[in-house]
Amino acid sequence: MRYIIKKFFMTIITLVVVSFCVFLAFSVIPGDPALKKLGMEASPELVAQVREEMGLNDPLVVRYYRWISAFVKGDFGTSYSYNKPVMWLIAGKIPNTIILGIMAFLITVVVSIPLGIFTAKHENGVIDRVISVTNQIIMAIPPFFSGILISMIFAGVIRLFAPKGYVSYKDNVPGFLWYLLFPAVALALPKIAMTVKMLRGSVLDEAGKDYTRTAYSRGNRTNEVLYRHVLKNAMIPVITFLGMVLADMVAGSIVVEKVFDVPGVSTVLINSISNRDYPVVQTIIMGIATIVIVINLLVDIVYCVIDPRIRIDE
Amino acid sequence: MEVILDVTDLHIEFHDHDLPETAVEDFDLMLGKGEIVGIVGESGSGKSMSALAIAGLLNRHAIKKTGRIMFEGVDLLTCDRKTLRSFQGDEISIIFQEPMTSLNPVKNIGWQVEEALFIHHKEIKKEERKKRAIEMLKAVGLENAEKVYKMYPHELSGGMRQRVMIAAAMIGNPKILIADEPTTALDVTVQAQIVELLKKINRERGTSIIFISHDLSLVSQLCERVIVMQQGNIVESGSTAEVFRKPRHQYTKKLIAAIPKIEL
Repeated sequence: MRYIIKKFFMTIITLVVVSFCVFLAFSVIPGDPALKKLGMEASPELVAQVREEMGLNDPLVVRYYRWISAFVKGDFGTSYSYNKPVMWLIAGKIPNTIILGIMAFLITVVVSIPLGIFTAKHENGVIDRVISVTNQIIMAIPPFFSGILISMIFAGVIRLFAPKGYVSYKDNVPGFLWYLLFPAVALALPKIAMTVKMLRGSVLDEAGKDYTRTAYSRGNRTNEVLYRHVLKNAMIPVITFLGMVLADMVAGSIVVEKVFDVPGVSTVLINSISNRDYPVVQTIIMGIATIVIVINLLVDIVYCVIDPRIRIDE
Repeated sequence: MEVILDVTDLHIEFHDHDLPETAVEDFDLMLGKGEIVGIVGESGSGKSMSALAIAGLLNRHAIKKTGRIMFEGVDLLTCDRKTLRSFQGDEISIIFQEPMTSLNPVKNIGWQVEEALFIHHKEIKKEERKKRAIEMLKAVGLENAEKVYKMYPHELSGGMRQRVMIAAAMIGNPKILIADEPTTALDVTVQAQIVELLKKINRERGTSIIFISHDLSLVSQLCERVIVMQQGNIVESGSTAEVFRKPRHQYTKKLIAAIPKIEL
């Protein structure tokens, strides 16, 4: 419990530091928000006046505090390009990105854990060898390419879904989920390959340890040794990896969203970067950072549940 | 004396590489009820391999075993896996050289001590299992057994972990306890305590013990009979007193000469 509280405070501190860094980065990059708002032809007096109104002349810390307290309340500022709240711009896109990421993550977990255990159990069997070669190939294919392949095969040849036929979750939830399934698979494929490889290695590693021999000496069957003794130990490094995978999937589905034309946050991010729409970029980056940090906290809590060595340490 | 384990012509060969490697050749052992037999020899002499074979822990395809290991009228080398498993942990238990790593780091002590009961005696209820586990932990000399029951391996010292291993091995009251260099990884005072504990178990429960060690002085304290092994072969065997007083084989003489003596 003390461990979790400690981790929780660490998370808050990390969030503060990260948010400050993000804020700092966006205050030093060139480009005057007041000028951007008024247009290039504005008179210097007017610019100075607007700067004062926007509070841009206040000290950095004051501006940071103003931004972060608004951010926490859900006020993310105003987009330069659209002159609308950032929230209005991204609100409809967030569910797409989050659900796509979570779907891809669930697919990864559901497929890779049984496969990892199976390949470890039947080490050097035919299926193990086939999967190991397939893994190498899949790991070498970038998601955008597997995305294109999946589009070609499942939309072009088998016609399971319409390419670029995104259905909004507001209109049709099953249709929406069905459409997202394909980009989710594209996103999950390389991670599945990595997780299978990692879990297989981890299980085999643990299976060679002394406590496994002890387990056999008590009359356990191979399956009982595997599921009662080895698996929990073998999952410890895999959980770290899966935490990174989840963060990566929620935060970094940019290319796959483009390939499948899913109107997600990444589309907004790319447009805003090219338009130098800093409040939007800042908000999305801060959002991604928060997700990554919170997932790390969750991973730490899961650790604490399965590994007593962490639980009791001081 | 009633013989409970009869090993004849045990031969163990490894086929991991191009040429087969012989680990144990013509190993014979008769273990009486309530007897403690020592097996001594240097590293690679085949003493641990013989012990693992008796415990049924050499089941890889790459290991070829011939001979007979007769226990309760069954040959442990040729019987089916199910029969072998029914003995493991219940009738024949083993403790190992590495108490630091022989326990599962993510399971609590109580769970691990009880496991053999859980596997072999499903009829015993949870509370009864816990009661017996705590009694067993007390019997192996762990004070605060209730507290230790809830602890995890990393919270215990090497000596305590070896006691836990012994408790887990003895929970089903096995007929044979194989102790494969149980004191090698421990410091000298703890070594003596573990040897005392094994003696006590043998005396009070009548468990037959196969004690494997490279430490002749420990063997002489504990065992009535000793088998000396070198490069996979038995070079000498007999009563411990006899072997120590009049070693016949050159190798045994060297081993005895190698015991450090305190000279004042």
